[in-house]
Amino acid sequence: MLPASRRMQHCLVIGENDMTAGVQVTLRDDAAAATGPAIAGEVIAVNGPVVRASCRMPIGMSEVVWVGEERMIGEVIGLRGDNATVQVYEDTTGLRPGAPLYASSLPLHAELGPGLLGHIFDGIMRPLEALAAQRGDFIGRGTHAPSLDRDKRWDFDPVLQPGTDVRGGEVLGRVRETATVEHRVLLAPDMQGTLAWVAQPGAYAVDEVIATVVASGGSREVRMFHRWPVRRARPVLLRHAPTVPLQTGQRVIDAFFPLARGGTAAIPGGFGTGKTVTQHNLAKWADADVIVYIGCGERGNEMTGVLTDLPRLEDPRTGRPLMERTVLIANTSNMPVAAREASIYTGITVAEYYRDMGYHVALMADSTSRWAEALREVAGRLEEMPAEEGFPAYLATRLAEFYERAGYVTTLSGAVGSVSVIGAVSPPGGDFTEPVTQHTKRFVRCFWGLDKELASARFFPAINCRDSYSEYAAGLDPWWQEQGVSDWGELRERGLALLGEDSKLQQIVRLVGEESLPDRERMTLEGAAVLREAFLQQNAFDAIDRHSTPQKQVLMLRAILHYIDRGLQLIERKTPLYRIKELPVRTDLMRMRLGIADSEVERLDALLATIDAQMDALAQE
Amino acid sequence: MKGGLQAGLEYRGVDGAQGPLLFLRGVRHVGFGELAEVRSPSGQLLHGRVLDVNEAAIVVEVFEGTAELSLQATTVRFLGHPLHVPVGREMLGRIFDAFGAPLDGAPKPIADDTRDVNGVTINPVCRAYPSDCIQTGISCIDGMNTLVRGQKLPIFSGSGLPHDRLAAQIVRQASIVGEEQGFGVVFAAIGVTHDVAEFFQRSFQESGASRNSVLFLNLADAPSVARLVAPRTALTMAEYLAFDLGMHVLVVLTDITNYCEALREVSTARGEVPSRKGYPGYLYSDLASLFERAGRIHGRPGSITQLPILTMPNDDITHPIPDVTGYITEGQLVLSRELNNRGVYPPVDVLPSLSRLMEDGIGEGRTRPDHSKLASQLYAAYAKTKEIERLASIIGNEELSELNRRYLQFGQRFERQFLSQGDFDNRSFEATLDLAWEVLRPLPDSELTRVTQEQIERYRR
Repeated sequence: MLPASRRMQHCLVIGENDMTAGVQVTLRDDAAAATGPAIAGEVIAVNGPVVRASCRMPIGMSEVVWVGEERMIGEVIGLRGDNATVQVYEDTTGLRPGAPLYASSLPLHAELGPGLLGHIFDGIMRPLEALAAQRGDFIGRGTHAPSLDRDKRWDFDPVLQPGTDVRGGEVLGRVRETATVEHRVLLAPDMQGTLAWVAQPGAYAVDEVIATVVASGGSREVRMFHRWPVRRARPVLLRHAPTVPLQTGQRVIDAFFPLARGGTAAIPGGFGTGKTVTQHNLAKWADADVIVYIGCGERGNEMTGVLTDLPRLEDPRTGRPLMERTVLIANTSNMPVAAREASIYTGITVAEYYRDMGYHVALMADSTSRWAEALREVAGRLEEMPAEEGFPAYLATRLAEFYERAGYVTTLSGAVGSVSVIGAVSPPGGDFTEPVTQHTKRFVRCFWGLDKELASARFFPAINCRDSYSEYAAGLDPWWQEQGVSDWGELRERGLALLGEDSKLQQIVRLVGEESLPDRERMTLEGAAVLREAFLQQNAFDAIDRHSTPQKQVLMLRAILHYIDRGLQLIERKTPLYRIKELPVRTDLMRMRLGIADSEVERLDALLATIDAQMDALAQE
Repeated sequence: MKGGLQAGLEYRGVDGAQGPLLFLRGVRHVGFGELAEVRSPSGQLLHGRVLDVNEAAIVVEVFEGTAELSLQATTVRFLGHPLHVPVGREMLGRIFDAFGAPLDGAPKPIADDTRDVNGVTINPVCRAYPSDCIQTGISCIDGMNTLVRGQKLPIFSGSGLPHDRLAAQIVRQASIVGEEQGFGVVFAAIGVTHDVAEFFQRSFQESGASRNSVLFLNLADAPSVARLVAPRTALTMAEYLAFDLGMHVLVVLTDITNYCEALREVSTARGEVPSRKGYPGYLYSDLASLFERAGRIHGRPGSITQLPILTMPNDDITHPIPDVTGYITEGQLVLSRELNNRGVYPPVDVLPSLSRLMEDGIGEGRTRPDHSKLASQLYAAYAKTKEIERLASIIGNEELSELNRRYLQFGQRFERQFLSQGDFDNRSFEATLDLAWEVLRPLPDSELTRVTQEQIERYRR
């Protein structure tokens, strides 16, 4: 067996060799379709998803192969002499030595073109709806279906004239993919030349030729889709510092631990702390143009839940079903483990593709721990030397490669787009010192730690404000200034300081009780309690509370801080705390998240006036 | 042997035996995961499964163990397919071993079909989202952790806690409001004692459920490797009942801890790289292959609801077995030794308990509009009560504020009236929710921030 480091070098070499994959792949594929794939070798050993074969034809690292008479899909992950090690993306039960191995000459790739949005794919980009149509309710082995529907015809509208010099990543034409998203047909990033011919506006299937490009190497046909090897990041022109917030509608995130477009975030938490619900909320309410949601090793019913919810929920920005901007990748926990490893890469490749059209894409991966465990399982079957907790030594490298594919960029066509990545982490025993959480922390700049205690009290989102952080917050201040909110940074700092002071006081309260503290400090506790109950807590299942606009968040925060300021003033003048807590406006504050909709923010201004009125009246006494 | 061994041929003599594993050299054309029939020198028939095939040898895991096998006189026959077990309507009301052979002395029932025990993966697109709430008649479940048809909700327990009583009560009382058809029951005993199996058997008989139940027993004295098969056989039967015959099936699997121990035993014998506490790295995937066999399918009338029971080693919820289970299942009911010692039955510790599918199964048109927010209010209030109890144990009750004392009153009422109920106390959703408002009575309106003002006015009469 090759050591891990050598195997990775192989990957890199392949990466350079197939620089032209976007095109060559298409040509070779056509040839293969005419003659059928060649038998490249035969199976000699089977151990779960790991298969070894002796090859009589040269075969490449990362090459897709078909194993057995059923032609199960696999990928070459090791080569030694004539022997190839293959990880098979389907259940290998019944596979025998002597079974044939077919080569495809393709690296593991994704088909990128119109027809991805609104659909659900498995970890290796097979469309699950098409699989259901072929095989019924259960996923059979060796089912093949192209990712993009070949029968569907799309209205193609060219934007370039013949004779134009084109570079990779350039927009050739437009297709209305869904009511919300216009699909920009891109030239594969590794192509360039002069546009010799472009199809007339009209309806075409994805595999019809819509243009030809002439370069020094000859003429090449261009279709509405191209393929891209999933393990390789798609190139961009420039990367920028992330300075625009990704508004998620989740108050604790947007106000205190904001994520920037093109940024990375991790949500670690033990089971039951609400990782998945948080991820679902982000998928529903984040103000991205396109959402890629990867259900990696999670529950089947959860994916079904997403599939049921998204078509019914309305995008607050467009009024259209949220499903129209979403691509789902599902490898549920009972689907083959090797495809779990691949699902992360297929997902991020799709996200990069929409970014390259000039869109802001948010990708949720739930859960990256299952992906890491899939790596571990395959590494174990390869008998690689384990590092921490049985994980392979290259775990950190793989995590870094994944998160580095996020970014706020200028695309090859000169547009601005971004991929934001939010990875859930499922630490065993809820212990954040385990390897996946620790390594992830090194590569993400936003950390939303979930807390078991908060979850037990059904305080959601159960984001623990002491452990969590966002390195983007300072960089977002200019954006808020531009929006006319000059005090955003100040509100945020005051809120966090209040929570910090509260957690110090709570330690004393736990020993001596609240009653023995002076009123001034008890007012701090009261303020923090209102901030937590009225602002940080958010009910994902309440039609009003599930989403808050930035404007509403700022007004809510101002109201709470104003209540605290005025309360402290009264306490200076010896007004007892219980009188302040008895004010009716306190209940109004506590209930504003459930009672005041995004469209009624003027009621929050009125709330400020009410606070003043009631506090003034109290001061008069 | 030129050309190696073909499926169906018998192969005499093995090259090695260790723990439950047999090693055979020079054997070809045997598939991964294939079923093997092993005949001991004394003529006893054993079953095994191929775990690994490579150039050097194939590895067979013998479910009944390798005791009394000799290298020379043992014969192995490969059947060319994975383990299949019989399924059929006539199996209802009967008792079987882990492989579906009758244990009740009656003749073998006529099987409608034989099925691969490993089942097949349901395409997520074809799943129907579970949203029919089950009324178990138990307040802490119905009110705060509502069970939904098609859900997998394990009971996290400890040795000596009444998890069996609770599971039996759920099976006895489970019903869908407004539906006549009851539940079929599939029960798998995995390495539990005769007493436990008999308790369930008796309980099913007394409640009249036994006509619609099937029991698969792998008791504590049966071979441990067969524990890996028993739940799969049970789930294969459940799938047949649910998706072929259209029944609503409750599957009780006890005890998952024994299953995981058997998994570790086999993994260790194979010399695999262990992850946490010696359990194999694929513990998650393996348990998922059991627990994911629950749910509903579009266009098919039946459903599978799973109630696995596991005893947490040393009551430790962070132990790999409950930990991994909690990540796969749709919530958990956690039993508390402390409540049990105080005589509270069912001793469900609601704070760490959870039902993930609850939100979509309850509310207007299903149970009652106030259900969700009321449950959240109970959680918030009870969590605060626990905090105040900790404080009271330091500074004493006398030093507590009036409000904190009211919380303690609520806590008392909650545990004694809401949580506690008898084995045959079957409460409706309506009764449970009314009781919830009732136990919240000591708290002033201003503390009830999780419910809306309208709900307070409507339900807090």
